Amino acid sequence: MNIPLPEFALVVLVGASGSGKSTFAAKHFKSTEVLSSDWCRAAVSDDPNDQAATKDAFELLHYIAAKRLRAMKLTVVDATNVQPESRKSLIQLARDNDALPVAIVFDVPERISQERNRARPDRDFGPHVVRQQAQQLRRSLRGLQREGLRYVWTFESVEEVDAATITRQRLWTDKKNEKGPFDIIGDVHGCYDELVQLLGRLGYQVRHPEDGEVGISVTPPEGRRAVFLGDLVDRGPNAPDVLRLVMGMVESGAAFCVPGNHEAKLLRKLRGKDVQLTHGLAQTVEQLDRETAEFRERLAKFIDGLISHFVLDDGKLVVAHGGMKAEYAGRASGRVREFALYGDTTGETDEFGLPVRLNWAADYRGRAMVVYGHTPVREPEWLNNTINIDTGCVFGGALTALRYPEKELVSIPAAHTYYEPARPFLAAEEHAPRLTAQQRHDELLELEDVMGKRIVTTRLAGKVTVREENAAAALEAMSRFAVDPRWLVYLPPTMSPSETSSIPGLLEHPTDAFAYYRGRGVGRVVCEEKHMGSRAIVVLCTDPVAAERRFGMQSAAGGIVYTRTGRPFFSDPTLEAALMERLRAAAGGAGLWDELKTDWVLLDCELMPWSLKARELIQQQYAPVGAAARAALSEELAVLDVRPQPELSDLVAKRRVQVADIEAFSEVYRRYTWDVNGIGDVRLAPFHILASQNRVHSDQPHAWHLERLGRLASMDGSVIIATPSMDVDLADPASEQRAVEWWESLTARGGEGMVVKPSDFTVRWKSGVVQPALKVRGREYLRLIYGPDYTQPAHLERLRERGLGAKRSLATREFALGLEGLERFVHEEPLRRVHECVFAVLALESEPVDPRL
Amino acid sequence: MLLTIQTTHRPATDLGYLLHKNPARVQQFELSAGSAWVFYPEAQDDACTAALLVDLDPIALVRGRIGARDGGLLDQYVNDRPYAANSFLAAAIAQVYGSALNGRSDERAELADTPIPLVARIPALPSRGGPGLIERLFAPLGYEVEASRQPVDPGRPEWGESAYYNLVLRGIVRLQDLLRHLYVLIPVLDDDKHYWVGRDEIDKLLSRGEGWLAAHPARELITDRYLRRQRHLTREALARLSADEAPDPDAAEAAHTAEEALVEEPLRLNEERIASVSAVLTSAGAKRVLDLGCGEGQLIQALLKNPAFEQVTGVDVSVRSLETAARRLRLKEMHETARARVQLLHGSLVYRDARLDGFDAAAVVEVVEHLDPSRLASFERVIFQHARPTTVVLTTPNREYNVRFPSLPAERMRHRDHRFEWSRTEFQAWAVQVARTHGYTTRFIPVGREDPEVGPPTQMAVFTR
Repeated sequence: MNIPLPEFALVVLVGASGSGKSTFAAKHFKSTEVLSSDWCRAAVSDDPNDQAATKDAFELLHYIAAKRLRAMKLTVVDATNVQPESRKSLIQLARDNDALPVAIVFDVPERISQERNRARPDRDFGPHVVRQQAQQLRRSLRGLQREGLRYVWTFESVEEVDAATITRQRLWTDKKNEKGPFDIIGDVHGCYDELVQLLGRLGYQVRHPEDGEVGISVTPPEGRRAVFLGDLVDRGPNAPDVLRLVMGMVESGAAFCVPGNHEAKLLRKLRGKDVQLTHGLAQTVEQLDRETAEFRERLAKFIDGLISHFVLDDGKLVVAHGGMKAEYAGRASGRVREFALYGDTTGETDEFGLPVRLNWAADYRGRAMVVYGHTPVREPEWLNNTINIDTGCVFGGALTALRYPEKELVSIPAAHTYYEPARPFLAAEEHAPRLTAQQRHDELLELEDVMGKRIVTTRLAGKVTVREENAAAALEAMSRFAVDPRWLVYLPPTMSPSETSSIPGLLEHPTDAFAYYRGRGVGRVVCEEKHMGSRAIVVLCTDPVAAERRFGMQSAAGGIVYTRTGRPFFSDPTLEAALMERLRAAAGGAGLWDELKTDWVLLDCELMPWSLKARELIQQQYAPVGAAARAALSEELAVLDVRPQPELSDLVAKRRVQVADIEAFSEVYRRYTWDVNGIGDVRLAPFHILASQNRVHSDQPHAWHLERLGRLASMDGSVIIATPSMDVDLADPASEQRAVEWWESLTARGGEGMVVKPSDFTVRWKSGVVQPALKVRGREYLRLIYGPDYTQPAHLERLRERGLGAKRSLATREFALGLEGLERFVHEEPLRRVHECVFAVLALESEPVDPRL
Repeated sequence: MLLTIQTTHRPATDLGYLLHKNPARVQQFELSAGSAWVFYPEAQDDACTAALLVDLDPIALVRGRIGARDGGLLDQYVNDRPYAANSFLAAAIAQVYGSALNGRSDERAELADTPIPLVARIPALPSRGGPGLIERLFAPLGYEVEASRQPVDPGRPEWGESAYYNLVLRGIVRLQDLLRHLYVLIPVLDDDKHYWVGRDEIDKLLSRGEGWLAAHPARELITDRYLRRQRHLTREALARLSADEAPDPDAAEAAHTAEEALVEEPLRLNEERIASVSAVLTSAGAKRVLDLGCGEGQLIQALLKNPAFEQVTGVDVSVRSLETAARRLRLKEMHETARARVQLLHGSLVYRDARLDGFDAAAVVEVVEHLDPSRLASFERVIFQHARPTTVVLTTPNREYNVRFPSLPAERMRHRDHRFEWSRTEFQAWAVQVARTHGYTTRFIPVGREDPEVGPPTQMAVFTR
């Protein structure tokens, strides 16, 4: 006997002790697929035959089985299962996890079981036990299917057991190997003319029967197939032709079809059940009465053979009439079928007598796109990667198809209102809603989407893990200080310095950055001046309308500026608005909107002066160090000078250097500190055009970014400044030398230094991501980091020991997360998917890493 | 870091005997993070000055001593510790001038016990507590105090003056007393210690304070600050997220809350609020209660005393506050039944949170004003649309009342983190709107004594559905 076993099922082995279940299981299943009651007894009591442990053992067995079934793993229960009550709990377990319960029964002669048990010294229970089990089995045999076991296979002899083979079968719903492309068509309801038009629009050739031919033949465009979402019948004018066409397409392999609730009800009518001829069934029945009995019979078979829903294209697409929860997709149970037919209902009815529907799509977190129909809507709207394309053709709306994977909607308006809807779905809402369904949904994010340990999958660097305590810190920062998450679509990564230089007197030097990149196969780098201000991310929209359309945010300024930790940059809204206005004018003048075909753009910038954001830090941490040092050092030197002594000469010399160091230190921060009385005192140096409509610009080299941003700067002339840069050929020492000299001149004047980036925005080397940028900071500037007198040789030597590994790993993970969030944003994914990435960057930033790097 | 001590008591060079340091020699001593030098800039018969100079190693402060495994005491290289007079100087006094500090002099025992004219000079002495504090601490001990305040940055005169003073103390005292005063009061002024403050610190204070501390008018402040725990030196996770803009936000928050408490203290407003909220919750018959933004758990503590509340759940966004709340409520020591009544959750009021479903009532005490106005809409939906407790009790400051707080400057809010403070009209308009949108009714109850003109100090709305 060959057993065609569904590959996802709960397999209940039924048979007396010694009937050969365990041997069979070991032969046909993986050891992890088999849960044996003996093993569970041993697990809880150290004795596989300890009957006192039975209760605990079965609890354990059920627990493991439930976990496996949740994970859609085939599970075999190796226990006697000869009593109805033991099977009942397993059948319930299968149902609770939407798995098919099936049985394999070992009805071998009792004599054989008895012999086998006698041969095993550990089976010391008497022969009466096995006899009783055999009797219980025999009593059970007839009723197994009635108990709810969907398939039952019975072995009546040892030979049959030995000869059996098992072939695992895909579930009916599993069409993962069907990759499309598809044209998914919403509720037709007998609107044949519109269906034919729609198919035509989609490029299908529809040939109508000439005399003598029965079918309607449809030829799809090359490689494409149609998917019908059910509710082909009722209410509309011509259900029979719709059915003829769809059945023909399904039979010829040109289409898939899932059943709608109207088909389910029609089937009961066709089977002679007493059903009410409501909700348009009367029309169908009347139309079918004009058809032949053979047609009706063929139709009944067709409907009966329809599968509740399909999982297509490697699990990336799910189609069902009423929708499909992620927890149900691809599974088999009564409630899964109910859900597929009717959607998520509460069992209550509303004021129009229609079922109250729960919005399962709002809670949908699945990876697969779900396309469904069932409830007529004015416009199909994406929500959490689900879309309802029933646009109520029969009610005078339209017949809509979704092209997959293009995500393109194609609609044919209804020629007539064929049926008055119970609930006026087209009732003109006075104004179309300002925001999309997704934007309305995204106004509020869920805590469970950010809390706890998280793993974010990025395109660039694979999985990135966020630890629970870091997520906790991010939650606090995000809740207390950050701008609205709808603005916060990106946070910048941290940046590592170059390797520590071995040049005397220096900690960092450009040659080490060049060596890093050359060692990772990078031939050309770009050096950009590192402006010393504060990192600023600018969301710039052409106007408030564009801001609302794309970000769902009302904002007079038509955008926002936020810091590297997501806080609002400006406390003064007029200053922010003035900056936005300058940027908008410059972008317009530079032709950026037209070139990028966009009405918004996200810019990565440095905003000066440093003191604008860091005043408190400068006045409470940096300047006081100078104050204390000046007071102490001058007094110390005065006292040391009163009576010079040779033993003190080193100390005196050291103090004199310190005095100079303190002055140098104060000079550095003063350079980055000035009062801002208006927009004229602000400087903004953008260096990345991160994203715009439909595009993340990480595929463009830095030269592309700098060229466009340079145009912005020249349009503006004062507030927006260009980021000076230099291209370096890493195979040309002279080219490197020019960059070194440039760095020297920048830093000699107290400048922060420069950032070295590979010419391309993203670079991979071997299995990893190359640092997107390395900073090379100047000797003077580093006094702000390593202390005023770090340049003293004794200090410098010790500071050379610094580990960059953690910082660099953080930089690439944050870089990957940042770009991932942007990709998700431009692909219009739900906000929680974008926020997940942004939140993860913030969480990683709370990792304890040497803050001086 | 420098301390000079001068005497004009003749022969002034006897100072060398008192300090056990030969005026003719320069001596160097190893300290935990650097070295100390003792030398005499002048050593004449009529005037003798001993200088104690501490030369700290700034790298060792951050990284620990060479070869140390766990790093040093500080997180930032840019810090005032190597320069400002602080507990390192006090420790150097104890180590280098130990005998003198104990009043022991082998050669001049009698002199050691005699008050003599002494002048102590300390540059860059921080006074956290304003210019008056130095005077308050030293004047009662009989010193003539001269303290000149140093500018924050001479290159930026508009930034004003720093917290550092060059101090000169003149007095006729025993050397031992001078040293003991300095030993205790330098860290008190600085309000910081470079080492872990353990139990033996109390003994040190008692022994160094013997004979003067008990009678000092500022003894409470001295004791409190001297025994204060070491500040958090390694930055915590949250602090790392705001390093660009401000130092430790948790510490700032604590300071601001203390400020607010100080403003409101004369009214015992916090107690009034807790009492009023408990009263409303009791009268609503609530059994399962949420305290949203529970902070350090004061309301929870009050609610737990009333057995009518079967379940009290506190939610706060600050992990540190929740830890404090857990300590304050002694959760670890609670027996099982008591423990089962109380629950602390880390959460946020701007994210939808299913854990908040199914409660009879929620208290939102002095919370909304900490939310950015742009996030208020999310807060409303989290509470009133999703969690939907039957009763919501919400309090917030009444801005109009601020003019009645003598210590609050005009146009300042009570707490620096307040994003707004509402007038009665503004608050009521908001509450009525929220109630209407989400199917609640609302009433308003004053908290604290109502002023006929400006209303109560705190306003409360009770939402019911």
